[in-house]
Amino acid sequence: MKKDKINIEKRMLITHAPHIWKGFSISKIMYIVVIALLFPAAASIYFFGYYSIILIAVSVAAAVLTEFIIKKLRHKRFVMDGSAVITGLLFALILPPRLPIWMAVIGAVFSIAIVKEAFGGLGYNIFNPALAGRAFLSVCFPGDMTTWVLPTYFNTDAVTGASPLGESFTYQFDKIDMYKNLLFGNTAGSLGETSALLIIIGGIILLTFRIIDWRIPVFYLGTVALGSFLLGEDIIFQLLAGGLMIGAFFMATDYATSPVTGNGRIIFGAGVGILTILFRNFGPMPEGVCFSILIMNAFTPLIDKYIKPRPFGYQGKKKNA
Amino acid sequence: MGILIKKKSKFRGLHLPENKITEKKSIETLPIPENIILPLIQNIGAPCDFIIEKGDEVKTGQKIADSKSYVSSPIHSSISGKVKKISKILNPASGMLMDAATIASDGEDQWVETDKVFDINLSQDYNKLRAIIDSLEKDEILSKIREAGIVGLGGAAFPTHVKLNPPPEKRIDTVILNGCECEPFITSDHRVLLEYGKQILIGLYIIVSVLKPENIYIAIEDNKADAIAHISDLIYDMAFDDMFQIVSLPSMYPMGAEKTLIKTVLDRTVPMGGLPMDVGVVVNNVTTAKAIYDAVIEDKPLISKVITVTGEYENPKNFLVRTGTSISHLIELCGLKKEKINKVIVGGPMMGNILVNTDFPVIKGVNCILACDSRIPEEQNCINCGSCVRICPMGLVPLAYVRNVKGGKSEGLSDYYIENCIECGSCAYICPANIPIVGYIKTGKAMLAEKKKAK
Repeated sequence: MKKDKINIEKRMLITHAPHIWKGFSISKIMYIVVIALLFPAAASIYFFGYYSIILIAVSVAAAVLTEFIIKKLRHKRFVMDGSAVITGLLFALILPPRLPIWMAVIGAVFSIAIVKEAFGGLGYNIFNPALAGRAFLSVCFPGDMTTWVLPTYFNTDAVTGASPLGESFTYQFDKIDMYKNLLFGNTAGSLGETSALLIIIGGIILLTFRIIDWRIPVFYLGTVALGSFLLGEDIIFQLLAGGLMIGAFFMATDYATSPVTGNGRIIFGAGVGILTILFRNFGPMPEGVCFSILIMNAFTPLIDKYIKPRPFGYQGKKKNA
Repeated sequence: MGILIKKKSKFRGLHLPENKITEKKSIETLPIPENIILPLIQNIGAPCDFIIEKGDEVKTGQKIADSKSYVSSPIHSSISGKVKKISKILNPASGMLMDAATIASDGEDQWVETDKVFDINLSQDYNKLRAIIDSLEKDEILSKIREAGIVGLGGAAFPTHVKLNPPPEKRIDTVILNGCECEPFITSDHRVLLEYGKQILIGLYIIVSVLKPENIYIAIEDNKADAIAHISDLIYDMAFDDMFQIVSLPSMYPMGAEKTLIKTVLDRTVPMGGLPMDVGVVVNNVTTAKAIYDAVIEDKPLISKVITVTGEYENPKNFLVRTGTSISHLIELCGLKKEKINKVIVGGPMMGNILVNTDFPVIKGVNCILACDSRIPEEQNCINCGSCVRICPMGLVPLAYVRNVKGGKSEGLSDYYIENCIECGSCAYICPANIPIVGYIKTGKAMLAEKKKAK
């Protein structure tokens, strides 16, 4: 009949509603995070020179290549969704500035191969790959992983110096000057963790695009501030020093390893904060951000199991209806 | 009473691109079709049985199917002619086969005898009309509504006479007329508000005379400012201004869902698993109110429907069509824009069902026929971003359903209150991993139903 005119039956797609999408894909999210990470990355190059570029490039390349090889080995499709780039970049940014390249490669491969892909890949990993890779390296190479240098800018001679949270760290100048150095990043520390300001700029980018939930950084930083106050510490120093900022904005907010509900995220953020305070004050190591987040990562499935949002019209548990 | 303006929605919703390309196009009345197909399942509740046979002569408005069940609604022939065959067609909502009668038109459009008792011209005396409605008994109105085959025309197609007759222990103090039409593309309710405003208000008056509520609201989203202004003028003209209150609502998806609408207008929360009547409210769609007017005052059963034919057409339009008109006929009339159309959707883009075969007819619940060139987005791993949790208007955890359905664990589904899901599709719309979450939820609900059956 008139069907040949329309003739659409043969090409019909059959899908569930809805038939429109927002189109905010995973790779878009990932590349916005990459852009946000370029701010602390730029700081690392500025403060620690060209070697930072090499470390970052090698880590990213190792991470992406590892993911590619593993996907091929498992006969799965490799998608350049940017998640491996983030892992490599984040991983590099929390390494000591003069770590040997081959160690960085080992760490990046471990992050992707063992921590991410062995658990099923994107979305299935239990621990934050970058942090777990760093934890792995600090167990394997404790010496190299705690060798800090003062900012070298673009000079090649590195002078070792204590990171702000280290025991031997002292400040010669007045407090305001120290806060300024910590804020801008003119201090010893991991590649990308030193400049609190640029990390916060990156974090604000993520918050404006609603990629990260404000609850995690706010409750994490808030708990650390409160704990420092109760223990009589210098609150501003505790907030700006070490890996706290990069941890709060970029590590603790990792989707796969943090809870999905608002209240769950509050508990998660506060939990990481409490652990960080404990590790910083009572632990054998000067820094505790990495292990606090990893430990709370392990609690994430439990939090998601018990912390659920209240459904619309919820009136308490029904009696065996 | 002026217009009550609500600026904020009381639920987590979406701002969707509206694409209401047909909102300025007046309703066109379609000529009587040569053939109509009338499926048996056109309402929620018990399906009907045919009371005609192959070869029977039928007249326009003649009842052709009915059921003895209370929660059911009869079906009427929308043309006069001969029953050509009774065959099976695919129900796009359930994917099951159902019986349908094909009726060939004799081109006469001869109506059945109606017992029209009121000779009233709508442009005349509203007070007289109100007096007549006041004189009608509640049961008389309800039986007229039932006999006219009226169902909720917002999409759910629940028999209206059941909705208007809540059990006596449920006191109804508020009636909301729902003119939200929150789905993108659809403009049929909008046009009905603009062109059948008087009938809607009389229809609402009939609903009110049945339920006798204290508060009566007409809820319209603020993207339909012309409809708000028009209805507001009519309310004054027809002296309903001491009774009906217009509420202007923010344009947000899914505002037109009963639970979110009641929450935003009244700040009442329908309990989980409950109905609007549990909080003393009855919600009716504007087009249903028009159909009630037709049934009670004009004595016409529900045999025609205003629908929007929109999307990738040369001439997207709003039509007044007889039920049973073939959808492919409507598509042809509007002219597809390009070769590449691979989806025809019955309903809106957020909740509509796919048509496999465009020979399907317009049934009572259809309000839009959307054609689009779409794709199947590649489903990726859930990355636990929590967007679906943040957006869910029902406060649920959609990603948990995906996880549990994939793992085949039906116990996990009721732990997360899957039955509270209204399948609005917000979660799947926002999902960055392109997971068809609503599909998983429907599967999950079916899994639970199966398990219940097995017990």
